Amino acid sequence: MAMTEQEILAGLGKIVNEITGVPAAEVTPEKSFVDDLDIDSLSMVEIAVAAQDEFGVEIPDDQLKHLKTVKDVINFIQA
Amino acid sequence: MSKDRVRVVVTGLGATTPLGGDVASTWSALLDGRSGIRTLTEDWVDTVPVKFAGVAAVDPGEVLPRPEARRLDRAEQFALIAARQAWQDAGAPEIDGERLGVVVGSGIGGIGTILSAYDLYRSRGWNRVSPFTVPMLMPNGSAGWISIDLGAKAGAHATVSACATGAESIGYGIDMIRSGRADMVVAGGTEAAIHGLNLASFASMRAMSTRNDEPERASRPFDKGRDGFVLGEGAGIVVLESEEHARARGARIYAVAAGVGYSSDAFHISAPEPTGVGGQAAMSRAIRDAGIAPADVVHVNAHATSTPVGDEIEAHAIKEAIGGHATVTATKSMTGHLLGGAGGIESIFTILALHERIVPAIANLDDPADGIEVDLVRGEPRKLDGDQLAAINNSFGFGGHNVAVAFTTV
Repeated sequence: MAMTEQEILAGLGKIVNEITGVPAAEVTPEKSFVDDLDIDSLSMVEIAVAAQDEFGVEIPDDQLKHLKTVKDVINFIQA
Repeated sequence: MSKDRVRVVVTGLGATTPLGGDVASTWSALLDGRSGIRTLTEDWVDTVPVKFAGVAAVDPGEVLPRPEARRLDRAEQFALIAARQAWQDAGAPEIDGERLGVVVGSGIGGIGTILSAYDLYRSRGWNRVSPFTVPMLMPNGSAGWISIDLGAKAGAHATVSACATGAESIGYGIDMIRSGRADMVVAGGTEAAIHGLNLASFASMRAMSTRNDEPERASRPFDKGRDGFVLGEGAGIVVLESEEHARARGARIYAVAAGVGYSSDAFHISAPEPTGVGGQAAMSRAIRDAGIAPADVVHVNAHATSTPVGDEIEAHAIKEAIGGHATVTATKSMTGHLLGGAGGIESIFTILALHERIVPAIANLDDPADGIEVDLVRGEPRKLDGDQLAAINNSFGFGGHNVAVAFTTV
C-alpha cells in the first residue's frame, strides 16, 4: 500500500510543475522549495492541498512550515 | 501652451479586446467595421435575459503560461498581456525602476474569482479556497502584478471609477509624470465581467440591450433603435513618457497626452445628468489643461454606450464644449462596453486616429437619433486633414464620474 519514494517524487514533480511551472525534473529530494525552487509561501499552500488530494495525507499548517525540502515532504507522506 | 510644464507623450500601446488579441488586429477590425459581439454558450445563459457579449478574441489562457495564468484573475491576465505588449511597443527601454510607475485599474475587480471562490468555499470548505484568491479579487491586483513584471517602483496605483476607470488611470499617469514622480508610466484599464451575475445585475437596471437575435447589431450608439449597452471584456494600456525622456532615447511618439479633465455629476448614482453639463465640464477642462482651443479638437471618441438616454446627452455636451465640427465616433458599436477597460482601449483608438489620421465609423448607425448636432462618422472611416490636430476620449462612469483625455499630434 505504501508508495515508494520514486512514486511520491513523480507525483510531487507533477504537482509542483502544474502550480509553479518549475520543470518536474528539477524537483529532486535534496531541493529546498524556497531556496532552490523559488516557490513562495502561497504556492506552498497550494502544493500542500494538492499533495493532500494526490497522496491522501493531510499536512497540517504547523507541519507544513517544517517541510523545507522535497525529501521532507516525501518522508512526511511515507510516515 | 505653457512652456515650463513637462510634456507627456505616448510611446507604447497594448490591448486585448473582443476584436483582436493586440492593437494592430483590433484597429484593423475597427476600420473594417467588424463586430466583436457574439452569442454566449455558457450554461448559465438560459438564466439571464441577455445572451451575448463581446468575448475577448484571444483567450488569455492561450497567451500566458499556465502557472502564471492560474494565479491571475482573468482581468489581471488581460492587463498583464496588454501591459507587456505596450512595454514592448515602447521599445522595452532600460529604465531606473524608481522612475517607472503603473496606473491600471478595473471597474469591478476580480469578480470571476470572487464568484468561483465562493462556490468552492460553499461546496468544499475554506481549505480549498486558493491562497491566491485575495490578490486575484483585489481591483489593484493588475497594477501590482504589472509593477512586479516591469520592476516599476515609482508607485503602482489603481483608480476605480466604474466605466471611467481606464481614462482616469491615464489622467493620473499624466499627472505622475508632470509632477516629476516618474519619467514613464504604464497606464490603462482592464475588465473581465462576462458572468451571469453581472449580466443579471446590469439587466436588472434595464441598462443592457436584449437584441438576442442580432448580437452583432445590438450595440448601436446614437441610433434610434438602440436599446442598451453590450458588455465586452479586455484591456487597453498605454506607455506614457515625458517628452524629454522619449526624445533622449529616440522613441517613436504616437501622440502627445496633452491634458485631462475631470468632473462629477453629483446628481444620481447611475443615471446621467440630463443636460450633460458634467461631461461638458470634463471636456472643457481637458481642453484648458491641454492649452488648446475647442476649435482645435477635430475628433471625439465618445463614451456613447448605446443606452437610450446617455448618447444624446453626450452629443449635446460635445456640441456645447467643442462645437459641431468634431468628427465623433463610438467604437463600442464594435467592441462592446469594456467597463473599466473602455477608457484604455478608447484612448488607444483616439491616439491611433491622430497618428494615422483616420477615424473608424460607428457601426450599426442606420438611423441617427433626432437633434444630434455633431458630425457622426457613418459608413466609411473618415480621414483627418491638417497638421496640428487634437482629439478627445470621453469616459463616463456610474457614480457620476466624467473624464476627458485630450491628445494632440506630435
